[in-house]
Amino acid sequence: MEFGPHLLLATLEGAVTAAVLALTAVGLSLVFGVMRVVNIAHGEFYMLGAVIAWYVAHMMGGHPALGFFLALVLAPLLVGAIAVLADVIILKRVDYDPERTIVATIGLLYIIQQLTLMTYGPEARPVEAPFNSRIALPWFEWGENGFQFYYPWGLSTTSYKLAVIGAAGVVLLGVWAMMTRTKVGLLMRATQADRDMALAFGIPVERVYALVFGIGAALAALGAVLIVPIQQAHYLMGADPLLLAFIVVIIGGLGSLPGTVLAALFIGLSDGIISVFFSPTLAKILATLLVGLVLVWRPQGLFGTRTA
Amino acid sequence: MMLELRKINSGYGAAQVLRDVSLSVAPGEILCLLGRNGAGKTTTMQTIMGLLPLMSGKILLDGRDVGALPTHEVPRAGIGYIPQGRRLFTGLSVAQNLEIGLQVRNSGREVLDEVLDLFPRLRERMSQPAQTLSGGEQQMLATARALCIKPKVLLLDEPTEGLQPSMIEAIRQVIVKMREAGVAILLVEQRIEAVLSVADRVAFIENGRNGETMTVAEMRANPHVVDRYVGV
Ligand SMILES: Nc1ncnc2c1ncn2[C@@H]1O[C@H](COP(=O)(O)OP(=O)(O)OP(=O)(O)O)[C@@H](O)[C@H]1O
Ligand SMILES: [Mg+2]
Repeated sequence: MEFGPHLLLATLEGAVTAAVLALTAVGLSLVFGVMRVVNIAHGEFYMLGAVIAWYVAHMMGGHPALGFFLALVLAPLLVGAIAVLADVIILKRVDYDPERTIVATIGLLYIIQQLTLMTYGPEARPVEAPFNSRIALPWFEWGENGFQFYYPWGLSTTSYKLAVIGAAGVVLLGVWAMMTRTKVGLLMRATQADRDMALAFGIPVERVYALVFGIGAALAALGAVLIVPIQQAHYLMGADPLLLAFIVVIIGGLGSLPGTVLAALFIGLSDGIISVFFSPTLAKILATLLVGLVLVWRPQGLFGTRTA
Repeated sequence: MMLELRKINSGYGAAQVLRDVSLSVAPGEILCLLGRNGAGKTTTMQTIMGLLPLMSGKILLDGRDVGALPTHEVPRAGIGYIPQGRRLFTGLSVAQNLEIGLQVRNSGREVLDEVLDLFPRLRERMSQPAQTLSGGEQQMLATARALCIKPKVLLLDEPTEGLQPSMIEAIRQVIVKMREAGVAILLVEQRIEAVLSVADRVAFIENGRNGETMTVAEMRANPHVVDRYVGV
């Protein structure tokens, strides 16, 4: 394949990664922004989303779309509910103390992971995509007849991958609208700005925290349901998304949602492109290096604002 | 009495600051809390708001025990708080900061209009981010935000800190209007002449304990008392 079509293919693969990464990272960023909790168990909520999706799809039978769409609703809800429980039972008990919540969520990570291993097992299991037709993509060239389109061999994507990108975009717009246009979003932002003043103005901060932790986990689970027809569900699948989400959140500026989305696009696309042309390992090395550089020269992140 | 503290003890974790502090403020009265830096004035206000745990004692609002309420229920009972240093919600616009005040007790739009009539400058800046306001405007917003809950009791912690005279006068007039409306006002103020011009009674506080409480007339007659509690 020539360079141009090859680059288009890599960009599309990267866009799928970026879409799912943006969902996961926005969840992590929301939790950090509002609650100041560094959630090490975030990747496990992602994994749970995929595993629950497999269970739902497996038990539904019938047309794959049936199980998939049910999972798309149920998995985020269930994972969100588990996260709310974890918030009330664990994080609230340690008073949301920054250090102790890190230790607590590390514990949560292992509990979720081992429980999944004991019940779901060590296998990687696929979920069938609800639809998956191949779409050949055109490229153009300047031939002897001037400008013309043609379909290079191997340059294709699937309808499902395009749907993942679209769905992630819609959900992210939804999160943005919730934060900027609704009352609950206003209460979340006020809590984020000053927890004590939020309390002094009647905001039930504990309930806001439980909700935010639930939404953050549900976003990770949703990303996982979207990716599981492409990647399979496995009890260790949470590690990579956790690392990438942290990279994205740090580069984007802790707690800044637009920054997080832009950074997810950047990291996801460059991951896709570098992986195709060089190697996936190099992509990870460069992303981690970028985090190091950002931390040294712009600790507030590329889009974050420095807070006193 | 509208607001009454009965022998409250509180502090930060293991460090106790307030010891058996008692105060009372009647409706339509301004009680000024006077004391040196670190005497425990801000601590008193934060304890009333439920932001610091009450170790013992009672806080009554119109006879209701608000010291036993969950923190976020305290403002809903009708206490408006204007904290030291303003502490606006950064990232939120002026309108959104006021919105937070309005939702505390589901105040209607007419409350917002009344409040904005007191601070016309805020009306022109409704969509401006709170943190970009000037210092004086920020103090107006902090005051307006607390008035949006239609409080029965207003706590003001050094509202004139760092303001120019015209702005101090504007804040003073609003405080007086609130008194006329029957609000019970607990005011922390360092400048003695400002205290004399606005307060009804003065309660001194020293090392977290009650000092004397007296009317402003009594305070005028005994200037040495002021020196004892706040002199250098
Ligand atoms: N977060 C905190 N942790 C521990 N001690 C504190 C804390 N905040 C205040 N203190 C202590 O409590 C005491 C009372 O402080 P407070 O802020 O109530 O004083 P204040 O009367 O408001 O003084 P100022 O006039 O300077 O505002 C001080 O000794 C202070 O050091
Ligand atoms: Mg103070």
